[in-house]
Formats: sequence, C-alpha cells, structure tokens
Amino acid sequence: MHFAGRSSLFVAMALAAVGPARAETVVKIGAALSMTGPAAVYGATQKAGILAAVDEINKSHMLKGVKLEAVIEDDASTKEQGIAVFQRFINRDKVAAIIGPTLSNTATAADPLAQAAGVPVVAVSNTAPKGITDIGDHIWRVSLTEYQVIAPALKRMQARLGFKKAGLLYGNDDAFTQAGYNVMKASLEATGIAIVGTQTFAKPDKDYNAQLTALKALSPDILMVSALAENAAGIVAQARQLGWNVPIWGGNGFNSPAFIKNAGPAAEGVYVGTAWNKASTDKANQDYLALMKSRGVDPDQFCTQAYVGVHVIAEAIKLSGMKGTRAAIVAGFHKVKDLPTPLGTFSFNKDRDGDHAPSLQQVKDGRFQIVP
Amino acid sequence: MGQQIINGLFLGSIYALFALGYTLVFGVLDILNLAHAAVFMLASFVALALVGHGIPILLALPLAVLFAGLLGVALERIAFRPLRGRADSNISGLISSLAMATVFEAVALEIWGPNISRFPFGTVPETQFSLFGGVVSKLQLAIIAVAVVLFLALTWLVKATRLGREVRAVAESPRAARILGVDVDRAISASFFISSALGGAAGVLFGLAFNSISPDMGRSVELKGLAVIILGGMGSMPGAVMAGFALGLTEVFVVANLGASWRDAVSFAGLFLVLVLRPRGLLGTAALREA
Repeated sequence: MHFAGRSSLFVAMALAAVGPARAETVVKIGAALSMTGPAAVYGATQKAGILAAVDEINKSHMLKGVKLEAVIEDDASTKEQGIAVFQRFINRDKVAAIIGPTLSNTATAADPLAQAAGVPVVAVSNTAPKGITDIGDHIWRVSLTEYQVIAPALKRMQARLGFKKAGLLYGNDDAFTQAGYNVMKASLEATGIAIVGTQTFAKPDKDYNAQLTALKALSPDILMVSALAENAAGIVAQARQLGWNVPIWGGNGFNSPAFIKNAGPAAEGVYVGTAWNKASTDKANQDYLALMKSRGVDPDQFCTQAYVGVHVIAEAIKLSGMKGTRAAIVAGFHKVKDLPTPLGTFSFNKDRDGDHAPSLQQVKDGRFQIVP
Repeated sequence: MGQQIINGLFLGSIYALFALGYTLVFGVLDILNLAHAAVFMLASFVALALVGHGIPILLALPLAVLFAGLLGVALERIAFRPLRGRADSNISGLISSLAMATVFEAVALEIWGPNISRFPFGTVPETQFSLFGGVVSKLQLAIIAVAVVLFLALTWLVKATRLGREVRAVAESPRAARILGVDVDRAISASFFISSALGGAAGVLFGLAFNSISPDMGRSVELKGLAVIILGGMGSMPGAVMAGFALGLTEVFVVANLGASWRDAVSFAGLFLVLVLRPRGLLGTAALREA
C-alpha cells in the first residue's frame, strides 16, 4: 500500500512534468463589460480585474488540467448591445460561464438569454436588489446589493452624526440608479431619518441647479444621491458651486476613482458605501493588492469584484471535479462557502447573492479612505 | 426663489445664444440648418483642444468662435449653395445639413472618442457672488452677459450696418436684392459665419458651464433651440432671446416644483399651445412676408 502510494505519486509527478504538452481543457469565460457609454469608467477597471485573475489562476496551476480563457466584449452600457454580446457568448464562443454585464439595467435584458440556454452568469457589479438573481437559478451574484451596503453603513453614521432630515436626488431613467434610490429610501426609513424632499434627473442631463436649489431650500442634514459616475461628478460640483456644503452620500455609482477625478476638489468629503475595504489587512486582500501593483493597476471596488468573480468561478470548477462544463459550474456554485477573497470571506446566500461584510469610505485628499 | 431665477436665466442664456444663430439663418434663407448643433459641439471640442495646448481660455474662446464661423461658411458652400435655386432647395438643404451634422459628429467621435471630455480644473476661476439671496458664479454671470451683449451687437449689425441691410434685403427677396446690386452669395455667406460663430460661442460656454463635452452634446440643445425659435417667431431675434429665457425659467421652475420628468412635457406642451393660439410665435412677423 505504501509503495503503491509512492508510485502513484511518481506517476503524478511524471504527468505534471509533461503537463504543458498534454492537452488541457480550456474553459472559456465570457465577460460582457461596458467599455463605452455612460458606464465605461467601470468597464475598464473590471477588465483589469478579470485579466489579473485569469493570469494568476493559470500561472498557479490552481486548476489542474484546466486553463481559463477570458473572452471580453463591450456591452456599450446598453440593453441592445448586451443582448447581442450574450448571444455571441452563448452560441458562437460557447462559453462555460458569463461575467457581467456591467449595469443592472443591461442585466435585466441579457441575463434571461443565459438562463434559458443554461449558461451560468456571475454578476460582479449589478447592485439592483430585485430583478437580477431572481431571473433564475443560473444567475449568481458576487456584488453586494445596494441595500446590503447602504443600510448598515447609514445606521452607523446616523449614530455618530445624528442626521435627522435627508434630501434625495436620483436618476429615474435607469434601473440601477432607480434601485439605488429605493434602497436609500428604505434605509432612511429603517434608520428613522425623515425624507424632506426628493428630486430626479435623467442620464443625459447636465444641469442640476434647479433640483439642488429646491433641495437646499429644505435644509436637510444629508443629501443622498443615486447616480452614475458621469452625472455624480456634475451633481457634486454644482452643489458646491451653489455654496451648499451639506454632507453628500453617494450610491454605488460614485464608487469609482473616475468620480473623484471628474468632480475634482468638489468630491472632498463625499461618503460612499463600498463592498470592498481596500485597507483590509487580510492576507487575501494584501496578496491581491500586491498582484495588482505588479500589474500597474490601481484597483477600485469594481476591479476587485470582477477579480473575485473569476475566482468564484474557478472555485466552482474545482469543487465540481474540474469538468468546467456549464452544468458542473452551477453545481459548484452551490458548494462555494467561506472562500477567502479580497472582499472578505465570501459565500452565496440562499438567493444566490453575494454575502460578506460591507464598509464605508469618504473622499479625503483626492482618494477614497475607509471610515473606521 | 432668487436662486431659481438665476438658474433659469443662466440656462435660458445658453438656449438664447444657441437659438440666435439658428434663427438668423432661418430668417435669411427660410431653411433650417440642422448642422447648427454639430457646430456647437465642434467649437466646444476645439476650445478644449486649445486649452489642452496651454492656451488660456480668454484666447481659446474667440479662436474657437472664429473656427465655428469659418466652419459655417464651409458648411454653406458644401451643403447649401450647390442646391440653391432648385425647386425643392428647402427640403434638400435640410437633408444635406443633416448629413453634414452626421459627418461632424463622426469626426468628433474619431478624434475625441465617445466618452465625456472635460476642461482641466481651474480653466475658469471659480469665484462666486451673492445676488438676490442666491449664489452665482463669475462664469454664469459672464455667460448671461455674453448672451445679452451678443444679442445687442447682432441687432445693431442687422439694423444699422450695410451688411445688415443686405442680409435683410436677401431675406425679403434674393432676386430683388440681386437687381439692386447686392452680392447675394456674400450676404448669405456672412449670415452663416455669424450664425455659426454664435452657435460656437454657445457651445464653448455650455462646455465650460457644465464641464462636460461629448460628440452628442448638441442633441440636447438642438430640440430646445428649435422650440425656442418657433416660440419666439421664426426668424425674429428678439423673439428668440425672449423665448430662450422664458424656456430656461420655465424648465427650472417645472423641475423644482413638479419634478424633472415633467420638464420636457411642460415645455413642449407650452410650445404646442403657442402654435395653436399664436402660430407666428411671440414676436413673429412671418405672416407679413408671404411673397
């Protein structure tokens, strides 16, 4: 028995030695990311995260006999293009799993195609609480929903700063910003903060002076804004131009260095909840930061979630016997539990949504800093 | 309240500037130049490129406006002059200007890409004043002033100069003007130069005010500009300015009191009402010029 064990070890070593010559199973992962359009600022960093994870997994031979290959396409931040990309992934590229699309809005239109074709989808940036994972049992989510991020952080800040009245401003022509608003409203109500005024805008708008002036007149203690990064920068800049120094709390759309860059000095002091605590000293996070530094990438939350998305797929492949088929990956997702990631210890909850602890950050000196 | 009036005047001055150029060409040629919004956009990008090369905005603005004017002259040569005198030149000119707008947008897409570009911080000083219980920035004040000054200058030009008389003569009847010795082509060229320069000025100021420049930025203003010139009375310059400010103020108060979703609905319902009750617009004289 003892000898048999050793000889099989030799065989394994011999196989490992000729490994590269042997045909590896290539598992294709499609990524539908917004490389153009209003969400382009998120797509670029998501791509960096996915490529980093794929390279890392392939180099480390963590998946024996399996090689991951990322196929990245632009969903143009629109439903139409998102659907076209999903069709290409499912029928032409025959991917084993899909990451994306970047926006919840696009996901509501594209994900049903994958569900119907039996292709697992991992949402890495969709934060709308409803309408994503409830599409079906093949849709899984790594990103926290806005409620998971905002409600606990708001409660903590309220205890500290004693907000009593809040104003709300949100984009009402987009599933993501609309959902963000619903969450803010629910979180405020749950925390016992009165909503004194609510205003809306549309994605193509550039002038928010009228809305901000109307809200300012109601003198809330905090202004909560659900907007994509492009609108967010304009809103914050115009609020400060109006001489209004109210604390501003941004939704997940603010969660990008692009927001700080575009809003400039006006971004200082803005609060944003986050799924990723960049300052975490966990080994998984420190290793990840070192990896991204070696690749010359300054990661944000979206980059990190995309990176974790690939790792969750890899874990599912491992837990389902390295088959890497669509069905096997879904089976593997059911077994993923307490996976150490830069986001923290990761599991899926019963709704197939991601489950880990959120944090709160504030812009200071032109960067997001974690509020302890 | 004071603040909302400032917001409305500021927004209105941009509509007014844009519509002034739009209505000038309409008054002279009786056609809509649908490339006006594209000139608006390109001028903004040119100013941005100049600022990017270290040229201060006070110099970049007139240079970009000059560029827009020349672009207008070229636009007239390419899209309108070859069609002039044909039986259906109004419609074909409309379509060829639409084609030029598409070309301009494609050029901008190729050079600057589809994403939003921005002026670097500190391009314009961010000084603010208190006024009527509101806050107004130096830039907003400058934009309102520029709109009023350009309107007055244009009115003087059209009313009191030789070029202005020629332009008005051409507007009345190109054939009669030609018989009286007016160089019709030159008068039309000059109208296009002035019109596009005004559109360009509006574009640069818009880009500065909202610090957001993209190849499709003209689209949001295009429809509003059209509404403004219809509301003001096609071809009437004081009408365009008045209607521009009226639209800006209406929008601001609708957004603040009813919500942003109602903004366009109320604005265009108002336009519809004006068209029904007073078809020639607020200050229109179109009915007098039936010949």
